[in-house]
Amino acid sequence: MLKKTLDISSSPHIVKGRSTDEIMKNVVWALLPVVFFSIYSFGLNALLVILTATFASIITEHFLCKISKKETTVRDYSAVITGLLLGLSLPPSFPLWMTFVGGVIGIALGKYIFGGLGYNVFNPALVARAVLQAAFPVAITTWHPAFISNRFSTVSESVFTWPFMEPQYDAVSGATPLSAFKFDGITTSITELAFGQISGSTGETCAIIIALGGIYLIARNMMSWRIPVAVLLSAFLLSGVLYLLNSELYPSPVFMLLSGGLMLGAVFMATDMVSSPITPLGLWIYGCIIGILTIVIRIWGGLSEGVMYSILLANAISPHIDSLIKNRVYGTKRKIKAT
Amino acid sequence: MAFFNFHKNTFKHGIHPPESKGETNGMSIKQFPFPPVIILPMAQHIGAPSQIIVREGQEVHRGQLLAKAEGYVSVPLHAPVSGTIRKIANVPTISGKMSPGIFLETFPFSTQEVLEGKPIDLDTATPEDILQGIQGAGIVGLGGAAFPTHVKLKIPDGKKCETLIINGIECEPYLTTDHRVMLEQEHDIFTGIKYLLKATGTQKVIIGIEANKQDAANHLKKHIPKGMPVSVQVLPVKYPQGAEKMLVTSILGKEIPSGKLPIEVGVVVVNVATTAEIGRLLPHGQGIQERVITIAGPGVKKKGNYTIPIGTPLRFVLEQVGVDEEISEVYMGGPMMGVAVSNLNISIVKGTSGILVFTKKDVNRIPKIYPCIKCGACLDACPILLNPSKLGILAKFEAYNEMASDFNLMDCFECGSCTYVCPSHIPLVQYFRLAKRIIRKREANKKEEVDA
Repeated sequence: MLKKTLDISSSPHIVKGRSTDEIMKNVVWALLPVVFFSIYSFGLNALLVILTATFASIITEHFLCKISKKETTVRDYSAVITGLLLGLSLPPSFPLWMTFVGGVIGIALGKYIFGGLGYNVFNPALVARAVLQAAFPVAITTWHPAFISNRFSTVSESVFTWPFMEPQYDAVSGATPLSAFKFDGITTSITELAFGQISGSTGETCAIIIALGGIYLIARNMMSWRIPVAVLLSAFLLSGVLYLLNSELYPSPVFMLLSGGLMLGAVFMATDMVSSPITPLGLWIYGCIIGILTIVIRIWGGLSEGVMYSILLANAISPHIDSLIKNRVYGTKRKIKAT
Repeated sequence: MAFFNFHKNTFKHGIHPPESKGETNGMSIKQFPFPPVIILPMAQHIGAPSQIIVREGQEVHRGQLLAKAEGYVSVPLHAPVSGTIRKIANVPTISGKMSPGIFLETFPFSTQEVLEGKPIDLDTATPEDILQGIQGAGIVGLGGAAFPTHVKLKIPDGKKCETLIINGIECEPYLTTDHRVMLEQEHDIFTGIKYLLKATGTQKVIIGIEANKQDAANHLKKHIPKGMPVSVQVLPVKYPQGAEKMLVTSILGKEIPSGKLPIEVGVVVVNVATTAEIGRLLPHGQGIQERVITIAGPGVKKKGNYTIPIGTPLRFVLEQVGVDEEISEVYMGGPMMGVAVSNLNISIVKGTSGILVFTKKDVNRIPKIYPCIKCGACLDACPILLNPSKLGILAKFEAYNEMASDFNLMDCFECGSCTYVCPSHIPLVQYFRLAKRIIRKREANKKEEVDA
């Protein structure tokens, strides 16, 4: 005997198995090797900074959902990504209380007030980092050397600074390849850059591991390949032209690609789907803006690094990039607005 | 990756859902038993419902005319079985609306011979005769749209049909009826093509088949009658290539202008099963009584391809093939564009190409709809090159007019590719169907106001 009642639903009745939380989860998987390398090169300092940033993001998201009486959105993994990216973009000896403040700001001001996942204008992790950079300019540019011998047994004093106190730094502090070049004219070798034998933010030092994470996500079709390609290509071309003009004054394009946060930014931060354009051409324009701005800030700006501001600026104009693009619909001659 | 795609031999975008055809594509077509009662809704094609010309209690012969065409965009209906008209009353249809219908009780011991009609002789018939013959046989598009075929074949004045495309794409997952028809009914297909060539005055025929039916393509190639201007073109597998617009673009590289029919670019597209039906029925002057249907899906026991009389109640079909205890959803058509059945008392109509049964665990009931994360997957899927993401956002704000005027909503043919790929599980097509409906209603209201 056949059942009396049937369920009904609107077609299509099959869907691709991939869902938003799965994409987010895969971004987390792709970030984990970066996290492991970071802990390997900076030891307990990096571990604490990354854990604190992630914890702060998750707690903030959960808390905000609770007070606005909504179901918690922690399970979609987007807060985890924000936390990890924030942790990976901070110096290894960054005070934990500042890190925590960053995590709270990233989720609350970078994401939640815009309406949560899907509505944020800026990459939340970069909003947090920009606030931290403005508030704590010394702490965020004080770099800790990589691969010091006691990194798995001791934690820098500065990490446990009491809230609102000035952090005390160990006598030795490293310079990043970019600041070494900009302020002292010292270049770092390409192999050291590629394999992360350098100082820098916890997660930005090993270009190869970051690139592999990106290739994994692109291969699984969970990230736009156009953004990292556009960012890296435009940065490479601009710095290449400058290098050809004057190789004494300007660093080599390969150095530009592998140093600083460009790789991490191009692969994991500029590619935030929500804050980047949606049209293919828009993605190219967006990526090129980031690449060119980064090089401009690095070479002519007062800062040694420019990835963060480039991405934030490109985030801000990404809806407008899309609105400039026109699409031709099948079977029509008329071009309509793409968004 | 549109950047590296030079659109050779295919249309832009589209998707690759799992084909799921393996279970039935090797099973030859079997005759389905006659049900004790046939239930025939009159509204089973696009256009005006047929007009009943029989009365209750009348005994009818299989193939006898039961209802005549009501106007030009309409077709007649023939008795799928010999039997007695038990009742003339409203019957349920898949849309949920009731339609006038006939309850026909099958003679239990009849041989079910089909009544011969007035044959349409290929050599002497004029194109007009053939079109009338096709309408007279009650033939509609068997691919699923059920649009009266004679209307499509009527070439408007000033237009010329240069290419006749026979659609053997069958891009919907699970369905294998066209595949089996091409393997088993090549004679009918080529006879049908002869009629179609004469009716449209065309000199060139291309049979489009997707690469997952290479055996069917080879089979047809081998049997092309001498001197017939037919070529078989094998296309890469991609959904929704079976849609007329996409198929014309894949084969000829031309785009059909928005809101127009393929004849605008000198093409007529006819489904392969429809072609076979024309080739089978016209030489005998008979009407359509049955069609080939794929019965598949995880919830079915005896899967396969069956010739089933039109009007067979769905309940009878499912009882015969046996279904899982945990049956949850039944679809008529394929899983991408097919309609979920709300009750088993509806019956097989001419446009039914498949019956799919899914159990609770097979139905991908989406637990949660996430906000749009602007991933752009829907833009990369839409074969019409619309922006489903933006349309979806506008639909949420009920900005229906803007959807149509600024973002070409009315060009959407509801293939479902955007919903299929959406990682946030936003029911985009459902929004678009609703929006299109509301816009049509508004336009109709406006017209009424102007007329008044």
